[in-house]
Amino acid sequence: MSTTAEKPAAPDSEPGAAGRITVKGQPGTGRRTGKAGRVRRLTRRDKFILAIMVGVPTLIQLLLVWLPTLFSIALSFTRWNGLDLKDIKAAGTDNYRYVVQDYPPFWPAIQHNVLWLVFLALIATPLGLLLAVLLDQKIRGSKIYQSIFFTPVMLSLALIGIIWQLFYNRDSGLLNYLLGTAGTPQAVDWFGDSNVNIWAAMVAATWRHAGYVMILYLAGLKGVDPSLREAASIDGANAAQTFFRIVFPAMRPVNIVIVVITIIESLRAFDIVYVINRGTNGLELISALVIQNLIGEGQVIGVGSSLAVILLVVSLIPIVFYLIRTFGKESKA
Amino acid sequence: MSTLANPIPRATAAAGATRNSGKRHYGTHIFLTVMAIMWLIPLGWSLFTALRPKADTDKFGYFSLGGTFNFDNFIQAWTQGGFSKYLLNSVIITVPSVLLTLFFASMMAFAVSRVSWKFNVTLLIMFTAGNLLPPQVLAAPLFEMFKHVTLPYSFSDSGNLLNTYISVIAVDTAFQIGFCTFVLSNYMKALSSDLTEAALVDGAGIWRQYWNIILPLCRPALAALGTLEVIFIYNDFFWPLLFIQSGNRLPITTAINNLQGEFLSNYNLLAAGATITVIPTLIIYLVLQRQFVAGLTLGSSKG
Repeated sequence: MSTTAEKPAAPDSEPGAAGRITVKGQPGTGRRTGKAGRVRRLTRRDKFILAIMVGVPTLIQLLLVWLPTLFSIALSFTRWNGLDLKDIKAAGTDNYRYVVQDYPPFWPAIQHNVLWLVFLALIATPLGLLLAVLLDQKIRGSKIYQSIFFTPVMLSLALIGIIWQLFYNRDSGLLNYLLGTAGTPQAVDWFGDSNVNIWAAMVAATWRHAGYVMILYLAGLKGVDPSLREAASIDGANAAQTFFRIVFPAMRPVNIVIVVITIIESLRAFDIVYVINRGTNGLELISALVIQNLIGEGQVIGVGSSLAVILLVVSLIPIVFYLIRTFGKESKA
Repeated sequence: MSTLANPIPRATAAAGATRNSGKRHYGTHIFLTVMAIMWLIPLGWSLFTALRPKADTDKFGYFSLGGTFNFDNFIQAWTQGGFSKYLLNSVIITVPSVLLTLFFASMMAFAVSRVSWKFNVTLLIMFTAGNLLPPQVLAAPLFEMFKHVTLPYSFSDSGNLLNTYISVIAVDTAFQIGFCTFVLSNYMKALSSDLTEAALVDGAGIWRQYWNIILPLCRPALAALGTLEVIFIYNDFFWPLLFIQSGNRLPITTAINNLQGEFLSNYNLLAAGATITVIPTLIIYLVLQRQFVAGLTLGSSKG
C-alpha cells in the first residue's frame, strides 16, 4: 500500500523494481522510510507543515461532506420539523415505510430516474460516441463541428432548462411553430404536459450529455494506438469490425469513466426539473423529492432524509464500482 | 424528439460511407451539418427572441421576422432585472471558491502523491468519493448546521451562516476539492521524483518543494482545472438555492430561475436574461477552450 503512490511517479521504472522505487520516492518518503530508521529526512517542521497540508483539506472534507452524509442517515430515522433540535424524535424505520408505501410521488420518481438513466445510456451516450467517431476522422471543419456540439456542455442544466423552455413553450416556442401546431388546440405544452414533459426534459439533457461524451471519447480515440487499426485493416477487418472489436475495447478506461458519469448524471439530474416545475407533475425525480420535503412549509426532515439516504445508497453502486476500478488496480500494482 | 431518433440509422449509413478512407465523406458531412444546425437551434432561438422587443413579437408573432431588432431587452434585464448585481454575486462566489479549491487540492495532492504514508490511498478514495455524491444527500444536515452556527448580526444579517456568500463558497470548495485532488495527484505522480530529490539535497523543506518546485510544474494542470472549476462553480445552481434566501444575493445561475416567475409573460426579457447568463461561459469557452477540454479529459484519461 505504501509504495502505491510512488509507482506512477517513476514512469521509467520496471515493474517490480521495488528498490528503485524506494530511492525514487525518497524525498518525500521520510515517513515511510522512517520505519527503516531514516526519520531525519523529514524535520519536525516539515512534519508540522505536512500535517497542516493534509489536515486542513481533510477537515473541510470531513466537516462539509462526510459528516452531513452521516447526519442524513441519522435524521432519516427521526421525526423532525426542522425547528428546535430538542424536537427531534426517534422514529425507527417509519419514514422509509411511509415513503415506500404511502408517499405517492415515490414510485413515479424511481421510474423517472430509471428512465432518465436508460435514455442517457441508450441515446445520449451512443450519440456522443457516434459524433466522436465521425469527428475523429480527418474531415473538413472537424473543429467547428466539435465546438458546436460542445457548447451546451459549458452551460448549467438550470440554464438549459430555461433555454429549452423558450424553445418548447406552447405559444411562443419555436418547436410548435415548426410543427405547425402553434396557436391551434393541438399545440403541446412540452414542459407542462405531464405525459410528455419527462421526454422533453431528457432531450434537453441529451443536448448537453452527448457533447460531454463526445469530448471524452475524442480524447480516448486519440489515445488508441494507430498500429492497432492498421493491423486490423491488414487482417481484412472492415470499419465496423475494427471499431467494435479493436478500438472500442482499447478505450476501456474511458468507457468506464463514461459509464460512471452516465449513471451519476442520471442520479444527479435535479437542476433541470427543478427549474421547469420543481420536480412535480410528471417530472418527479428522487433528488427533487428530497428538496421538496426539506424546503417550504411543513418541513418533514425525516422523510426528506430517508429519500436522501435512498439516493445515497443507489449512488454508492456506481461510486464504489468506479473507486474499485481506479484505486483497486493501483493498490494491487 | 425526432432530432434524436434519426441519428442512429443515419449513423450506420455514415459510418459505412467512411469505410474506404479515400472517399469523400459526403454522408458524414450531411449528417454532421444537420446535427450541428439542430444543436444550435435552442441557443439561436433564445438570441433571436432576446433581440426583439416584446411589442413587436406581440404584433407579428414570435415566429416572424417583423419589427425591429435591438438590445433593449438586454439593457432592461441588466438594469431593471438586476443582472449586473447577479453577475457580481457570481464573481464574488466563484473567484474565492476556485482559488481555495485549487490551493487546498494542490496541497492535498502533493501530500498524497509525493509523500507516502499509510493513509494515502484511503484519503484519496475519501476525497474522490465525496465529489461523486449527489449534493441533495447533504442538503438537510448542511442547512441545519449552518442555521445553528451563531454569528454576530454585524457580520451576517441572518445571525447565522445562512444567506451568506461564505456558506456557498465553503460548500462549493469542499465539494470540488475531491475532484481536483484526484486529478492533481495523478499529475504530480507523473512528475519525476528527481526534482524534489535535488531540492532536498539543497536543504529545501516540504513547503518549498511544494510551492517552488511542484506547483510551478503543475501550471498546465492548474490552468485546465481552474478553467473547469470556474465553469462548474459559475454553473452551480443548487447550493445558492439552498442557502441564500435574499434574492439580491443570488448568483446569476440561480437568480434566473426566480426571473422565470417574474418575467412570466415576457419571454423576450427572459431570453435576454438567459443570453446574458450564457455570455461569460461563452467568453471563457472561446478564450480558454483548450484548457477547458484538457480539464475535462484530465479527469477521465486516467480512469
